[in-house]
Amino acid sequence: MCLGIPGRIVEITGLTAVVDFWGVRKQVALDLVDEPVKPGDYILNHVGYAIRRIPEDDIEGTLALYEELLRETDGGDLMAEDVAGELGSLGPAHPKGEPS
Amino acid sequence: MNGTTQMKFRDPARAKALVDRLHALMAEIGRPVNVMHVCGSHEQAMARFGLRATFPKSLNMIMGPGCPVCITDQPEVDEAVALVMQGATVATYGDMLRVPGTSKSLADAQAAGGRVEVVYSIDQAVAIARTTTDPVVFFATGFETTAVTTATVLLRDDLPSNFTVLSAHKFVPPAMNVVAGMEESLVEGFLAAGHAAIITGWGIFEEFVEKYRMPVVVAGFEPLDILAGMVALVELVGRGTPAVVNAYPRCVTREGNRRAQEQLWRVFKMQSGHWRGIADIPEGNLEIRDEFAHRDARRVYRVDPALAAGDGPSDLAVQCLCGSIMVGLKTPHDCALYGKDCVPENPVGACMVSSEGTCKIWWQYGGRPDVAAMIGGAR
Repeated sequence: MCLGIPGRIVEITGLTAVVDFWGVRKQVALDLVDEPVKPGDYILNHVGYAIRRIPEDDIEGTLALYEELLRETDGGDLMAEDVAGELGSLGPAHPKGEPS
Repeated sequence: MNGTTQMKFRDPARAKALVDRLHALMAEIGRPVNVMHVCGSHEQAMARFGLRATFPKSLNMIMGPGCPVCITDQPEVDEAVALVMQGATVATYGDMLRVPGTSKSLADAQAAGGRVEVVYSIDQAVAIARTTTDPVVFFATGFETTAVTTATVLLRDDLPSNFTVLSAHKFVPPAMNVVAGMEESLVEGFLAAGHAAIITGWGIFEEFVEKYRMPVVVAGFEPLDILAGMVALVELVGRGTPAVVNAYPRCVTREGNRRAQEQLWRVFKMQSGHWRGIADIPEGNLEIRDEFAHRDARRVYRVDPALAAGDGPSDLAVQCLCGSIMVGLKTPHDCALYGKDCVPENPVGACMVSSEGTCKIWWQYGGRPDVAAMIGGAR
């Protein structure tokens, strides 16, 4: 729940951004991020909120961990599931089936 | 079980250099060293990538109270369950669903016909409130990283009038004081969680370092980030230097996210409270300020936690060692329930429920994550 997940801003309307996470597009709120952001910037998302703009030089290093985790497809990996949870694609956790 | 057998470093040469450095430092120190981290994601990464297997045997990395779900106290869960029994819809993060209160969880309340909604974000709870005139309560759990999102929503002036928050938010730095101050604690330094520090900034640890003369290193979550953080921490312990080192500069600054802090402290104040199984933590809870009393479920409704407490804790729940595990005095293997009466499918304690709980992480990644068989990749 504290890991967060990085994504690239596609467009911004007011305080809401559409953010691309490896092809999955989600709305992310910009109420908390403390630097001006624009489309093309990477942000770290936590429960639907951008908490930090990721500096350009750090994008690659930040993405690496997640890319390894997202390659994990056999299920049962807590970190991969938490990342997927942050994406909201599975819901935040696993109300029915705990990862086995 | 997977993960622990696959040591995959992005930069194996750098990983090896860091591991070698860690061994050299511990050889110099020449005695066992105990350090603590306070983050479920750190524990996941360490277990998943088998990092403990690369550490010198005399270096003991303990997971502290870093699982927000696990430290949510039974009476807090009881309050949420009682609100459901009293007819409210309670929305919360999925990890909270199966966390036991004194005798019931929100999942039990749901199974009994109560209205419980799992949400990914507080905004989804607000959206649910807009679809009804009935009370909708967001059971808000998590550390400062999550509490800032609750704060920002409570500052909005267009919230539906039936929306309130039951805050079980916690603030990590005061819990470090409690652990550091425990007489029986062997902890000599802390690895602080990078993403909580994005919000608070690393400067917040300076007071702790000053008071307890104990080093703090802020670390990220990549295996290399953690190894680099451990090297920095063991260097400080070895030299006897109480200092804060930011080993995660690509994300964390000294000041942190001021915009988020400002919103956090406008809505919440620190309040003493009990953390499950651990202790009363002075200033460890985040309570909604009077100005937002009309959004505080505790003040809007007469919440009766006794409704949910039932006959009290089960015989098994009384044996749970979760609290001692979370302050580093015990490990899951000291618990008679671990892997027997308490498994992820049928958890007794909160540490086996949450994906950030020590017991669940150890169980999921192959029991004890520091067995010799995992060594190989980095050394």
